[in-house]
Amino acid sequence: MVTLNDYLFASGLLFAIGFAGVLLRRNVIIIFMALELMLNAANLSLIGFSRYNVRDGLPDYNGQVLVFFIITVAAAEVTVGLAIIVALFRAKQTTHVEDMNTLKF
Amino acid sequence: MNLSPWIILFAPFVSAVVIVLITERFKKLSSYISVAAVAISFVFSVAVFFGQDGTASFNWIDLGTFQVKIGYLINDLTRLMLLIVTGVGLLIHIYSIGYMADDRGRSRYFCGLSLFMFSMLGIVLANNFIMMFIFWELVGFSSYLLIGHWFYRPAPPAAANKAFLANRLGDFGFMLGILLVWSASGTVTFDELSGHWSTLGLSPGFMTAAALLIFCGAIGKSAQFPLHVWLPDAMEGPTPVSALIHAATMVAAGVFMLVRTYFLFEPSSTALGVVLWIGLITSLLAALMATQQDDIKRVLAYSTLSQLGLMIAAVGLGAPQAGMFHLFTHASFKALLFLGAGSVIHSLHNEQNIWQMGGLQKKMPVTFWTFLIGTLALIACPPFAGFWSKDDILASADRNIPAFLGIAAVTYLTAFYMSRLFVVAFLGQPRSEQAGHAHESPSVMTVPLILLSIPACIAGFPFIASLFIKVPEHEGSPIGSMAVSLIAFAAGAASGYYLYKEKTKDSIQIPLFEHKFYIDEMYGSLIKWTQDLLANISGFVDRWVIDGTVVRGLGGITWGAGFALRFLQVGNLQAYAFLFGAGVVLLLYFILFGTK
Repeated sequence: MVTLNDYLFASGLLFAIGFAGVLLRRNVIIIFMALELMLNAANLSLIGFSRYNVRDGLPDYNGQVLVFFIITVAAAEVTVGLAIIVALFRAKQTTHVEDMNTLKF
Repeated sequence: MNLSPWIILFAPFVSAVVIVLITERFKKLSSYISVAAVAISFVFSVAVFFGQDGTASFNWIDLGTFQVKIGYLINDLTRLMLLIVTGVGLLIHIYSIGYMADDRGRSRYFCGLSLFMFSMLGIVLANNFIMMFIFWELVGFSSYLLIGHWFYRPAPPAAANKAFLANRLGDFGFMLGILLVWSASGTVTFDELSGHWSTLGLSPGFMTAAALLIFCGAIGKSAQFPLHVWLPDAMEGPTPVSALIHAATMVAAGVFMLVRTYFLFEPSSTALGVVLWIGLITSLLAALMATQQDDIKRVLAYSTLSQLGLMIAAVGLGAPQAGMFHLFTHASFKALLFLGAGSVIHSLHNEQNIWQMGGLQKKMPVTFWTFLIGTLALIACPPFAGFWSKDDILASADRNIPAFLGIAAVTYLTAFYMSRLFVVAFLGQPRSEQAGHAHESPSVMTVPLILLSIPACIAGFPFIASLFIKVPEHEGSPIGSMAVSLIAFAAGAASGYYLYKEKTKDSIQIPLFEHKFYIDEMYGSLIKWTQDLLANISGFVDRWVIDGTVVRGLGGITWGAGFALRFLQVGNLQAYAFLFGAGVVLLLYFILFGTK
């Protein structure tokens, strides 16, 4: 029997993996993918809550609706993010974050 | 209800309002309205003079425990003062029609005169301290307007400011005194105060302080030392103003107030002593200054100061009636002298230096003779008015030897400088072209001179004076004081006459007296010194406290904090993300495990 805790555990694991990727990887594109992973970890926990919060025999659809919103917004965000990365690459000829350190005094 | 006091009070006020609002363009009409208003006041004053004592008041401001009342108090003192103010005022108003005939600000001038009459009559009629103080301030204000009448010249506005400031200084003390009296007794009405003041059981120190603070008002208004400096400068105003305000009425208000509130001074011998010596010092200093002045009006101004000092000294000697008697006679002959001086100045085309005059006896006979009468009255020549009143003051000092000698010295000096003035200005040969072409003034100016010279001649005789005022009774023989007074007068007049007869320039040079004991300069440097000190202190505070600590300090702290925080900006994306994550973890830790 799969319980809510299993879902949440998987979600937390995904989030941790994504966060680790953001912290540890050097390539911006990989960091970007890790970010997506973190978003989807949140999606997974929302789905889990939706599935296990049953009222009158029906799951709570609010969570699922929110997931659709996140997927949509994430798609838009990916577009913008990738565009920024492309622009950055054009400017700096690199996708490594160590080289993007001008945001300081 | 007796309406006359209200009519006396408000007739000039109505005239001032009408002139401002309606007849400002019609200069002649304005002057007639003003004169008519004073005439009305005078007629009703005569009626009041023969009427009954009385008092009446109504609430003006009611603040529960504190009520400001507007009311009148008619007694012997009020009657006499009403008669002096409206009588002299009426003559001076008439004289002004002639004197100011060519002035383009005539409407403004007569409006100011009316406003002044209103304020002065308010002081005289007031039955309580608050009302008196209101009119007291109004008098200061209207005097300011009139001194600064020729505001397009440099000197009059400066003199007006000086007068106003000096008066304010005294009035501040006056106000504190009123507050002290009120806080101690709970009333400001003269009637109630005069009965209760000495029975309140106040400490002598408190009574002295209250009396002396009240006296501050008189120091300012009656131009006593050390606030006397404004009066000579106030001579920058038109001469009738000098006669009305700065000789006969306004400056007498201080003496009047002292007599009105004599019950405050009576219980405190210290206060009376201070009053006496302030009066005497003023009187002596002013008389000495007068001996070296060359401006005809300034001599008269210092002489006014000196005589006011005598009146104040009389109050300080415990003889307020003698002070009032001198005020009464002085009002007539000093107004006469000023108007005579004005007549001379007018016909000599605004020449005020006595060394540019001379030889006026034939050309201006009326002015000459009336001025002579005024001079004789002022220098206490028997039997003119001043002799009697000054003798009363001298007699009241018979137990106080220093005061007696002081008053005798003032009598001598008065005789000396007035004969100097008279000999130089009127006798001898004309010493300037204007003096050679002098001519008698129009009758609108000479008639008031003649009318004023009547009281200057006869008002002093005891049987006439007693109609107006309770002439002080002498204990013992008056012969001693009379003899001293006569000797002082004769010596002064003779030395003045022989020293200055046929002279063309001053035969005595005493710079100390000529420069008024350098008191103006002392005040000037004192004020400059204080001002510089204050400016330096506030400059220091501004530069180091405000700018240094507050403004630059705040800026510096912000800048420093920003500088320190810049080192946190490492520029590494992942470092930010790590810190962000660490923050979240920390937050979660506190939320989940922090509140045990």
